Amino acid sequence: MTSAQSIASINDFVIKFANVNGSGSASANELFARAVMRMGVPVAPRNIFPSNIQGLPTWYEVRVSEAGWLGARGGCDMMIAMNPQTWDRDVASLDAGGYLFYDSTKPLPASKFRDDITVLGVPLTAICNREYTDPRQRQLFKNVMYVGALIALLDMEFAVAEALIVDRYRGKDPLIQANIHALRLGYDYVREHLPHPIGLTIRRADAVGERIFIDGNSACGLGAVYGGATVAGWYPITPSTSVIESFTSYCRKYRTDPDSGHARYAAVQAEDELASIGMVIGAAWNGARAFTATSGPGISLMQEFFGLAYFAEIPAVIFDVQRGSPSTGMPTKTQQSDLLACAYASHGDTRHVLLFPENPYECFTFGALAFDLADRLQTPVFVLSDLDMGMNESLCKPFDWDDSRRYDRGKLMTYEELEAGKDFGRYLDVDGDGIPYRTIPGTHPTKGAYFTRGTTRNAYAKYSESGADYVYNMERLRRKFDTAKNLVPAPVLHAASQPTRFGAIHFGSTSPAMAEASALLEADGIHVDTLRVCGFPFCDEIMQFIAEHEQVFVVEQNESGQLRSLLINEGEIDPKKLVRVLHYDGSPITARFISGRIADALSERKISPIRKVAS
Amino acid sequence: MTYLAKPKLLSADAPRNALGYTRRDYEGAISTLCAGCGHDSISAAIVQACFDLDIEPHKVAKLSGIGCSSKTPDYFLGNSHGFNSVHGRMPSVLTGAALANRNLIYLGVSGDGDSASIGIGQFAHAMRRGVNMTYIVENNGVYGLTKGQFSATADKGSKSKKGVLNSDSPIDLAALALQLGATYVARSFSGDKEQLVPLIKGALCHNGPALIDVLSPCVTFNNHSGSTRSYDYVRQHNEAVNRVEVILPRDPIEASYPPGSLRRIVQHDGSILHLRKLDIDYDPSDRIGAINHLQERQALGEIVTGLLYVDSSAQDMHSHLNTVEKPLNQLGDAYLCPGSKALHALNDALM
Repeated sequence: MTSAQSIASINDFVIKFANVNGSGSASANELFARAVMRMGVPVAPRNIFPSNIQGLPTWYEVRVSEAGWLGARGGCDMMIAMNPQTWDRDVASLDAGGYLFYDSTKPLPASKFRDDITVLGVPLTAICNREYTDPRQRQLFKNVMYVGALIALLDMEFAVAEALIVDRYRGKDPLIQANIHALRLGYDYVREHLPHPIGLTIRRADAVGERIFIDGNSACGLGAVYGGATVAGWYPITPSTSVIESFTSYCRKYRTDPDSGHARYAAVQAEDELASIGMVIGAAWNGARAFTATSGPGISLMQEFFGLAYFAEIPAVIFDVQRGSPSTGMPTKTQQSDLLACAYASHGDTRHVLLFPENPYECFTFGALAFDLADRLQTPVFVLSDLDMGMNESLCKPFDWDDSRRYDRGKLMTYEELEAGKDFGRYLDVDGDGIPYRTIPGTHPTKGAYFTRGTTRNAYAKYSESGADYVYNMERLRRKFDTAKNLVPAPVLHAASQPTRFGAIHFGSTSPAMAEASALLEADGIHVDTLRVCGFPFCDEIMQFIAEHEQVFVVEQNESGQLRSLLINEGEIDPKKLVRVLHYDGSPITARFISGRIADALSERKISPIRKVAS
Repeated sequence: MTYLAKPKLLSADAPRNALGYTRRDYEGAISTLCAGCGHDSISAAIVQACFDLDIEPHKVAKLSGIGCSSKTPDYFLGNSHGFNSVHGRMPSVLTGAALANRNLIYLGVSGDGDSASIGIGQFAHAMRRGVNMTYIVENNGVYGLTKGQFSATADKGSKSKKGVLNSDSPIDLAALALQLGATYVARSFSGDKEQLVPLIKGALCHNGPALIDVLSPCVTFNNHSGSTRSYDYVRQHNEAVNRVEVILPRDPIEASYPPGSLRRIVQHDGSILHLRKLDIDYDPSDRIGAINHLQERQALGEIVTGLLYVDSSAQDMHSHLNTVEKPLNQLGDAYLCPGSKALHALNDALM
């Protein structure tokens, strides 16, 4: 059934594993991805999973890219079809000339295949039934067996996968032996019965370098540890839960007092998101660094408290791992659709500081930075990640930390200053930057106490319904927000190889797809400068970028163009200047999508004047 | 608490506590509540309790939600930090504050609307989580700031000022607290300072969640005939199970009581609760008995007050979480940041 035009590619293709949720395939699939990386070839794996524990279809997509493109590519060159439920659509989703790998134990009618693909059958079930008696082992080792088969089919080094198994099960020799045996069974079957290698091959390279492989949520949790967070209030919600799991697990490792065995942190699972953010605000009011992790529905529930924290000026850090929306939306799909809900969270005139990491490295650095910013600005700081970045492991720069760095606790008035008679007005703008001084409860027996309110008060925190006091306060909060402009991370400019009138603005996990899209466009002679926005409020550089380009594409993963709206609103930009490039079906945005949309839009521009002339 | 600005000068013989503070040092801003409001009496009782216990005001954090009752923390302990948070959410804010610094005394002040309606979820979870706090509900059965709607603690069949009959069943926060795991549960009446002050003192000395449901009549909207929260009604139906006296370790001991009429309970901090029994069969260490007693007496129309339950060996949230002795908000960078060496090792493991 081998097609004449089989896809041939070295170190550049997409393999998709179609599995049943809960069948234990995840660790085998990851083993494959890691084996490719160990051969020095970058991979970008992604889980596509249902909101379910067991029994529903799940896919694991591995993009192999020696060039280092880590965004989703789209399409599929090889399908490991292990799920009968999704067989038809999995087969249909293969690119022409692609490869279909399946369990050939039971014969399938020819109608179940396509004639423009290469079909590779291995009787996995039959081999498993012969080798194992335990039903669970039969299932688990079937997964390892197809990885062994892939090693042979893609001409990979068997020893690499073998070494990974040894690393993974170090100290558990029977497990090591059993896994290697299963790997070998798949490998040998292919070597004896199938043509190998196929057109897709992995060739040893040196393109991974020093990079580490970690998911964004783990990196956020680690960032919170390094950022000095001691209190976490949280409520389980996909896809953010693992931020907290990571935080507590790193804390157990790094924050257990060696002498007493006591914890130098507290993570409390709250009854709901309202209570989680309430705990964060209470802890931060009391001088601890505190955070929560949530997703869109949690952001909705926390709105009233965000307003309180904004107005009462309490530092709080919120990791929002965005998912498909609105309402409960698509809990296991990705989107960047909480931007406006966070930027202007709560009723009344509020605006919040947002940070937009692009990958796990920035989840860590921005995560740690968020605590300094929250203390410095005495306001909630949101770190906006998303499911694609948060729940998928990705290659990124190794983490680094400067040991001379000290936490910036912001403007805290001390016992000594109070004792010396320094004037303390909780909401007084002493330095002209809009940021007042605060005291932590218990600082001084007779000075510096105040009554914190979400309602109107004067600069000395005394209850006041005076319009003038209210206006003073709101103007100061506006100044404070302006101060934040230059404290959030600066945008990252990537200039096209030639001067161009066109720009593209993007943020967060769109980054790898955008970079690849730029390269695709360049190859077609289309030049676009790109600017990655890393924080809100927007600094002047962003507005300057817009001013310097005739047309700016705003590329984002939501339906309404939320970043575009925010830019228009904050920068008083002519909406015509900003062109929407929106991807919001729940899958991660791809370079093909971005470059296609931009190329189409630019070709329309060029054509339209000609049409006018003709008419 | 005070209604009127008082002269700054104190008479030389104003009583001082062991810290050298007068009661005035425990007062706050001038109350803006209605004259005769039960809440002001509770504020005064809090002032008295803190004065008696020689508590340093700045070692207390007072938190509240929204409503008349939640305004009161401004009217006592002016040298304590206070937080008037959002409606029904005081328990979570206080929980967070308590997580940050285990060494302060946490006083949560709330109302029946704030705790039994909008905030019942947070009330419940703070109790079951074992937050070390004194939770005072200033319970008047009515929404005062919005002019007289029934709250969730209003008795079925009671009548509003406008003559509307309440058809919904009442929530008994003390009974709920008993069920949810509060380890110090009391009910009192704002008009009975003799009973209330020692109950607050006992709660402030307690290690764990201490709830005091204080019936506190609203003179403006719920003090009429037909109300079951009026001064007259509560006085007529008040059945105290005991009278408490709080003895500090430093206090001289002790008054003599007829045998069997006194129960002595030593709390975690060394303070001693002397319970003079009014109902000789009532056992405040029996949680299930307390729940049954409340149900039985309420069915008879009685309002049961006194120290309903205390578990002197209670442990709080921090012991459940095994947190360090030093408050989390006082841990320096070196105790929090694992540093670059640990990070490099982690990087290696992630390659």
